[in-house]
Amino acid sequence: MARARDRNARGRNLEAAAGNGLIDRRALLGRGMMIAGAMGAGIGPASAGAEPLADDPWSLEVGDPMPLYQVPSKFEAKVARTLSNPNFEPRNSHARTPHHLLDGATTPNGLHFAINHGGVPTIDPEKHRLVIHGLVKRPLEFSLESLSRYPMTSRVSFLECGGNSAPMFSPEPMQETVQALHGLVSCAEWTGVKLSTLLEETGIDPGAKWFIAEGADSPHLSRSVPVKKALDDAMIALYQNGERLMPGNGYPMRLLLPGYEGNMNVKFLRRIKLVDQPALSMYEARTYSQILPSGKAYRFYFLQEVKSFITSPSHGGKLKGPGLYEISGIAYSGTGRIEKVMVSADGGQSWAQAALQEPVLSKAFTRFRLPWRWDGGPATLQSRAWDEAGNVQPTRAEFVAARGELAKPAPVLSFPNQHYNSITSWGVGTNGEVKHVYA
Amino acid sequence: MSTPDRAILTAATLLLAMTTAASLAETPNLGKPIDEAAIAAWDISILPDGTGLPKGSGTPAEGAVIYAEKCVSCHGENGQGGIAAALVSDQKIAGISAAQKTIKNFWPYSTTIFDFIRRAMPFQTPRSLGDDEVYALTAYILAENKLIGATDVMNAQTLPQVKMPNRDNFILRFPDRI
Repeated sequence: MARARDRNARGRNLEAAAGNGLIDRRALLGRGMMIAGAMGAGIGPASAGAEPLADDPWSLEVGDPMPLYQVPSKFEAKVARTLSNPNFEPRNSHARTPHHLLDGATTPNGLHFAINHGGVPTIDPEKHRLVIHGLVKRPLEFSLESLSRYPMTSRVSFLECGGNSAPMFSPEPMQETVQALHGLVSCAEWTGVKLSTLLEETGIDPGAKWFIAEGADSPHLSRSVPVKKALDDAMIALYQNGERLMPGNGYPMRLLLPGYEGNMNVKFLRRIKLVDQPALSMYEARTYSQILPSGKAYRFYFLQEVKSFITSPSHGGKLKGPGLYEISGIAYSGTGRIEKVMVSADGGQSWAQAALQEPVLSKAFTRFRLPWRWDGGPATLQSRAWDEAGNVQPTRAEFVAARGELAKPAPVLSFPNQHYNSITSWGVGTNGEVKHVYA
Repeated sequence: MSTPDRAILTAATLLLAMTTAASLAETPNLGKPIDEAAIAAWDISILPDGTGLPKGSGTPAEGAVIYAEKCVSCHGENGQGGIAAALVSDQKIAGISAAQKTIKNFWPYSTTIFDFIRRAMPFQTPRSLGDDEVYALTAYILAENKLIGATDVMNAQTLPQVKMPNRDNFILRFPDRI
């Protein structure tokens, strides 16, 4: 009895993380599990009613032969990207990552988000060439085969469309899943050749301040990037999570600019031209220049700033009765590592620090988790991230004050503005239904 | 500084120089030299000051003919009302919605119009237009927006001179990253 009392006392200690049922993250680390178990007792089904076990049909026959390249179980068919242009009309196409159906910090290649502006080109890797020219000492041409002999480097990096989360500019919370709201961000391990290595061979004319990257796709998509980024961590990526790039993600090679808006990470990369001034290509002069409340517009935003969102529970889900749940989500920053993530279950009145899944890598997804005991009452779940440079994810009020809000909701697939990195709130009703709310 | 210290410093400098030289020499050097002339067909970037604009020219009237044949099905009669973005509009910007952006009220440089048409349009057959045709279409769009006169000729000299109304309305978001 004395030991039980002691255990319960510790349990109360660990519970005291924040309001409305948030439990200390250390409960995830083992010493709290027994307490978490104790909390579950009395809520879960009684063991007396369980059916006796019997062998299922698949345990009584030989299974299927193995395919050359395996795909997920047929029971996971709903774990798929959503397409913005399923009938392939003459415009761009987006495919969004189903974050609410995934866990961990890596996006499977088949579910990596993509936006293509003129379809997915079918590029013969034997014929593809990358040319580096302009303000260099000697212009050079590289084949995929020659690049494959260069020193390779691997890094995990998130990629996010500058227009991800654009529905959050709506003046009212759009009733959409985390996939529709935030599905234009993914995270993979990229392997390739550092751009600085290739620029050592071409040499750089002192007058070069920018480089223009251009793709071999039908729009010949091009963006201007400061040479500063080329000499920092830019990479010519050849592999995605260990295999060659997916066609929709830039096969056979793409520019990778860790932490910078997706559109700049030019896919199907065929040309890099060093220049003294930015080109002000359509995507930088128009599309990715954001109108501000003042009427002026930002130019060269580049950075995907510190951000987080809860993926479970999230909009469209339903909690099956009061009890212990794990709040889990994704945090990332284009500036560096995630320092901490705070979670609230009462709409931001009180906060508890979430556990961060190791390893916490720079400019990569960091999975955060926190135990939560739902008492069946209303709850508003939020997450807020800090990065190692001290940047903090703005509250919605702070964000709207700086960046404005639309006069009326825009279609969920449109990009009425960009670079939204504020807090996302999920409201849990007494019926367990989870909906998108503003708080 | 004592002599041994200086010797160590010299040695360290030498080592650093050797290491740098070695790391430079260590790249595989598999890049194949190529002349700018051989890159010309791919080198389609136009800079705001006009660098990269090719020879050739076009007028709004010539552009209207090409527009009716190759652009109208997506961009609509007179550059508006089609399934693709409106090219001609007097819309003003009020509020933060990107849906209001037009060439006239937002695009800062006329060179971007030439650059984008030449690299990406028509949607189904990009790179099929000759440079004169691209100049003509650019002239047509600028004239329909009343940004140039109805008979103005667009070429490598005149196009960069077109002053776009919104040019000075931009703020660099992160100047230290440039």
